[in-house]
Amino acid sequence: MAKHDLAERAQGLAKEAAELSESLGELAREAAGLAVQTGEPSGGTSPLVMGITVLVLAVFVGYHVVWRVTSAQHSPLMSVANAISSVIIVGALIAAGTGGSGFSEIMGFLAVTLASINIFGGFIVTHRMLAMFKRKQN
Amino acid sequence: MDQNLATLLYLIASVCFILALRGLSHPETSRAGNRYGIAGMAIAVVITLFLLPEMDFITIFGGVVVGGAIGTVVALRIQMTALPQLIAAFHSLVGLAAVFVAVAAFYNPAAYGIGLPGEIGAASLVEMAIGTSIGAITFTGSIIAFAKLQAIMSGKPIVFPLQHWINLGLGLFTLLLIVWLSAAESDMAFWLIVIVSLMLGVLIIIPIGGADMPVVISMLNSYSGWAACGIGFTLQNNLLIVAGALVGSSGAILSYIMCKGMNRSFVSVILGGFGGETAGPAAAGEEGEKSYNQGSAEDAAFLMRNAEKVIIVPGYGFAVAQAQHALREMADLLKAEGVEIKYAVHPVAGRMPGHMNVLLAEANVPYDEVFEMDEINREIAEADVAFVIGANDVTNPSARSDQSSPIYGMPIIDVDKARQVFVVKRSMASGYAGVDNPLFYLDHNMMLLSDAKAMCEKIIKALE
Repeated sequence: MAKHDLAERAQGLAKEAAELSESLGELAREAAGLAVQTGEPSGGTSPLVMGITVLVLAVFVGYHVVWRVTSAQHSPLMSVANAISSVIIVGALIAAGTGGSGFSEIMGFLAVTLASINIFGGFIVTHRMLAMFKRKQN
Repeated sequence: MDQNLATLLYLIASVCFILALRGLSHPETSRAGNRYGIAGMAIAVVITLFLLPEMDFITIFGGVVVGGAIGTVVALRIQMTALPQLIAAFHSLVGLAAVFVAVAAFYNPAAYGIGLPGEIGAASLVEMAIGTSIGAITFTGSIIAFAKLQAIMSGKPIVFPLQHWINLGLGLFTLLLIVWLSAAESDMAFWLIVIVSLMLGVLIIIPIGGADMPVVISMLNSYSGWAACGIGFTLQNNLLIVAGALVGSSGAILSYIMCKGMNRSFVSVILGGFGGETAGPAAAGEEGEKSYNQGSAEDAAFLMRNAEKVIIVPGYGFAVAQAQHALREMADLLKAEGVEIKYAVHPVAGRMPGHMNVLLAEANVPYDEVFEMDEINREIAEADVAFVIGANDVTNPSARSDQSSPIYGMPIIDVDKARQVFVVKRSMASGYAGVDNPLFYLDHNMMLLSDAKAMCEKIIKALE
């Protein structure tokens, strides 16, 4: 009887140990997550400021690149811009691929699908438009 | 893959996107531009896949295959006349995708390296909220624009008392919610931001009338870029920030060009309420029924055949009637008789920027026969015939002379200066701006009251 009890207790302990080691792994992962979070800003420029720098420069580039667009090109320009804004798929892939929490993965899958519609649709419809413009120049 | 290498490759993708937009702004380089865009997107997607710690193939490729198939089929099947609706629908998808990505980041922040649930940094939360909010506004705003363009909804502006104050209130409320979210990382605050922004998207677009659609589409194009930009801040990803900013600024420039084409300020377009309301009183003025000359296809065929120079001014009605091929055939017959044909395209003709150029191109109209408004106005007095097909407000002379007219100051194509004018129009109703057009009652104008395509076909028959 006692033996059986002991075995049962040992089993329980083993289970607990396994659980502990699991949560230890989780802790390590958390620590790593925190390190990522807190590590960057110390010393260097914060990511937010870097982001704003990139944003402002990109707005200027966009302005100068698009400013003199001829009116015949307005529609294709807009549809290609629309396809480019679907680069948001980068964020969607991260959510869909990590397989962590179920809900986020579903959101990721939906976002990947929507962005893909846009990428394929946007570039193809632009191509169709431009192909027509091409024909007439001959 | 090494993070630094990935960042450098993302930089290459950003450069590709810049080259894409640059290429698209000139006709000769546009096809190369489209290829740069595709290359940039391919690099972005492949690098991201390599960066993922583990890959759930089924989810990812399932999404790409399903979405890609839908996008391909739609893009191949769509009629060029329905292009504005298609673009509006595409914008709504970008907006919704941005919301989904933000939701995913909110509930699984570790995947994005921005902390753990309940411990997301305040800056990340603010960025996330801004991306979500712009995305949600883009989503519902584009759906309303789509419904108006597809004629599911009336193009008339929907206005009600205190409208702008309500919008302002909701906007301020969103800001408060963002503060709450960044302080407490509350689920409720996050979802309230989503809901209020979805409402704002609807409310911002419903007061804007059909005539202002080219501005609306450009504006939503710009918003979809800023939404991507906001998400880029959340993910600390420069590629998204650059691409979003490029699209955002290009959409803003197009909005500005469209506003200038209508001589309207951006603010007045956003405040909306233009067009639709004044349709009744303007048409039934004090002078009672004004008289106009009604012509037939035979009259038009006879006068155009004997003309030296004919200027064709297409507008939205031409797009709706799918008259591009019939018009081109008519022009070919006239050219065979030695008539010089020129097409004049107003910057806001149609329902999206550049729409007429695409339709004329579809019908194989030679590039060098299509002119912009300023070019054609210089020589329009030498034209024997101005053939206005499905255009109305962009030819209205009261924009030049009548200070009380709602469209006063809008640049127009001066078709009334041609020796003979034909206006192909389904009825004598006023245009989208809801303004009566004195051009119709001029002695040297003849109304050809018919569907644009049917009229072109009748003229072709008369010419043969």
